[in-house]
Formats: sequence, C-alpha cells, structure tokens
Amino acid sequence: MTAKDALTERYQDLLSVYLKAKTETTLYKGQQFSRKLLEQQISPEDLVSLHIQVMDELFPNMSEEMRDSFDFLLEAMIGYGFAYREHQSLRDKQQQLESEIEVAASMQQTLLLSDVPEFDELDIGVVSVPAKKMNGDYYNFVKSGSSLSVAVADIIGKGIPAALCMSMIKYAMDSLPEEQMKPHLLLENLNRVVEQNVNSNMFITMFHGVYEPESHKFFYAGAGHEPGFIYHAKEDQFHDLIAKGLVLGVSRTTTYHPYERVVEVGDMVILLSDGVTECRTSKGFIEREEIVSLIRKYMDLPAQNVVENVFQELDRLQGFELRDDFTLIILKRMV
Amino acid sequence: MNLQINQHQINEIHELQLTGEVDAYTAPKLKEVMLPLTEKEGGTVVVDLSGIDYMDSTGLGVFVGALKSSKANNSSLKLRGMTDRVKRIFEITGLTEVMDIESGVKGEAL
Repeated sequence: MTAKDALTERYQDLLSVYLKAKTETTLYKGQQFSRKLLEQQISPEDLVSLHIQVMDELFPNMSEEMRDSFDFLLEAMIGYGFAYREHQSLRDKQQQLESEIEVAASMQQTLLLSDVPEFDELDIGVVSVPAKKMNGDYYNFVKSGSSLSVAVADIIGKGIPAALCMSMIKYAMDSLPEEQMKPHLLLENLNRVVEQNVNSNMFITMFHGVYEPESHKFFYAGAGHEPGFIYHAKEDQFHDLIAKGLVLGVSRTTTYHPYERVVEVGDMVILLSDGVTECRTSKGFIEREEIVSLIRKYMDLPAQNVVENVFQELDRLQGFELRDDFTLIILKRMV
Repeated sequence: MNLQINQHQINEIHELQLTGEVDAYTAPKLKEVMLPLTEKEGGTVVVDLSGIDYMDSTGLGVFVGALKSSKANNSSLKLRGMTDRVKRIFEITGLTEVMDIESGVKGEAL
C-alpha cells in the first residue's frame, strides 16, 4: 500500500465515523490529520480530490449536482495549490540561505581573529567565548613600532550586519596612520566611520589602549565600554580602569578623553566585555568584586591560565549557560 | 522573562510604563511600540523604567534607535524612574550625557 493509499483509507475511516456519530473527538482527529497531510506535502487541491474519491465510495448515489459541485471546488482550489507550492519552495530557499549566512558569518569571524602577539615585556592572556554561534565581542592586538595596541569591542546587533561591522572596524583600525594610534583619536575616527555606516539601533562599545614600553605607560580611552581594572602590585590593590565616553555610532561629533597610567613591574591591566559582569547566576548577577576576587585567586599563574580559570569558574557559576559573549584580557608587565 | 508595556496618552504626550526585562528577546516588541511614537513630529514620549530590573545591550540599542529617531523627527524622548542597575548601563555607555533622563532615581527594590 502506498503512502497515498494509506492516507485515503485513513481519511475515509475518519470521515465515515464522523458522518455517523458527529462527535467532537472525531472532528479533533480531523484537525490532527491535517498535520499529517502537510507532512506528506498534500496540496489543497489534492485534498479536495481525495474527498471526492472518498465521497464517491461512501455515497455511490450522490446527486449529480453535489458531485459536480466538488469538481467546481477542485478548480477553485488550484490557486491555493500554487500558493502552497510556492511557500514550500520559499521555505527550502530560506533554509538554504540561512545556512549559507551562518557559514559566511563564521568564516568571517575566523578570518578576523587576532593573534596574541609575542611581546617581551608583557605576559598576555586572552579568552573570548561567544554565547551563541556568532561572537559579538571583538578584540584586536596590533604591534606598532615598539608599542602594543589592544582593543576590545562589543558590537550590539547580531548576524551579518554585526559581522560586517566587525570587519569595518578591523580595516578602519588597520588603515589608520601610526600617529593616529593615540586611543582617544582612534575612537574619534572610528566613531565617524561607524556613525555613517550602521543602522540606527546598532552601536559599538569599545576600549582602546596602547602600551608604550619606553615610558611604561598605558594610554587608553573608552567609548561606553565596561571599565576594566588595573592591578597595582606594590599596594596589592585593584582599581577600576574608568574611561568615560559615548558609545560609537550615536553622535558624529563625539570626542573622547585621553587617559594614561604608569604600569610597574608586576602590575596588570585587565580588559573585559560586559558579558563578564552581566553574568547571571541563580542567585543574581556577578558583581565586579567577584571578578576581582577570582582574578586574585589565580593571579600567580601565567596570564593565559588566569583568564581560562576565571572563565571556567564563571561558566560553572552560570550553570554552563552563557547569556552573553565573554571576553577577558590580561596584560601583565613582567620586566 | 517577559516585558509588559502599558501605554497612556495625554494630548501629545505618550507615556510607556515598562515592567520586566528588556533583552534580546523582548527588545523587538519594545521597538515596535516605541519607534513609531518617536516618529511623530513635535510629540513627546516618556518612558517609565521603574519596573525594569534588567536591560541588556540589545535593549539599550532600542533606546539608541529611538533617540536618533526623535532627533530626526523633532520629537522628544524622556526616560524616568531608572533602577540603579539600569542607570549603571546608561552611565557606562555615556548615554546619560546625550539622553533626557529625569532625576529622582528609584532604588533597586521598594
């Protein structure tokens, strides 16, 4: 028996039971049966022709007008049949497009990954984990002359626009002349690029810093990004690394304030995305102090081990379900 | 989690009373209600956030979009009643400097 025969038989059973007893239960079964019809990709006019076939068998003496009316109904259903097939083919195409987009977006993300550079003076640790397939967090290291530039950004918005935005940021950063590598000027430049090119409810938060080995200074500026921390080894204390400024992409004329800090041997600069402090546990949010105490717990390890251990503990606290992308970067001055 | 939006209108002033969370799941719903209101020239949209205990960056994006739209359409957008946690993310992102936020912030829980 073919699948179609089986459907015909089942339809005939349901219909004759209903015509005899007219119960709600059978009506409900009819409703469920329509799902089966959709699964089998039975089009609307196929169903009408199925109905005609069954009625012919159940009522061989059906009046001619009744019989003809079904033929008429069949013709009137043709348009719905076309719509149904079009819907199916669009759905297939949509699924195909979605998977292509996913592949493209993740490919781009791989291309944009920044290598952690070798830098004699600094021990560098990085962990960046997406909550979903696409990471909205972006980090970038660039060695320029003897200095090291580091950027952390959080792109608000998902999918293709966010992925394109990320490459826009990367190439805008790469193409800036060296004298523009001052963090506050870099943010002003990027802000103009972003403001012109993103749609209205998208924006980017970014922290940018430059470590200069000659002066042992860390120059930085922020565009609405979650503040990082600086650890001073001499006094054994963590301080917020506050860098005030409006997020990128809101107002074309925004200016950013330059900040600087002296980094001594053993000091750490800690940068993060808001995913780190917006971590939620069953007991509430994780506060910044808790992040500090986690870093403190592991800070005698190499920087890479510190960030990985902190991530694992936070992940466990959240029941291994990241709600937001997570990025944590530690720069520790060794000599 | 859910977001509840209650709307009142007095003359040209639309007030939105929000309760719940504004995150990636509920942000589209808020955008759908709020954005058309900011597109009415000369109108005022007041958003009461005292019932919001969590807002993420996608939620913030809706307010950024509404701010841009109100500037483009000569309408005004005012926010009020932020809890400390919500106020913090407006402060970090620098949006408190460019948005009309009514003072008299309420604490986390009453």
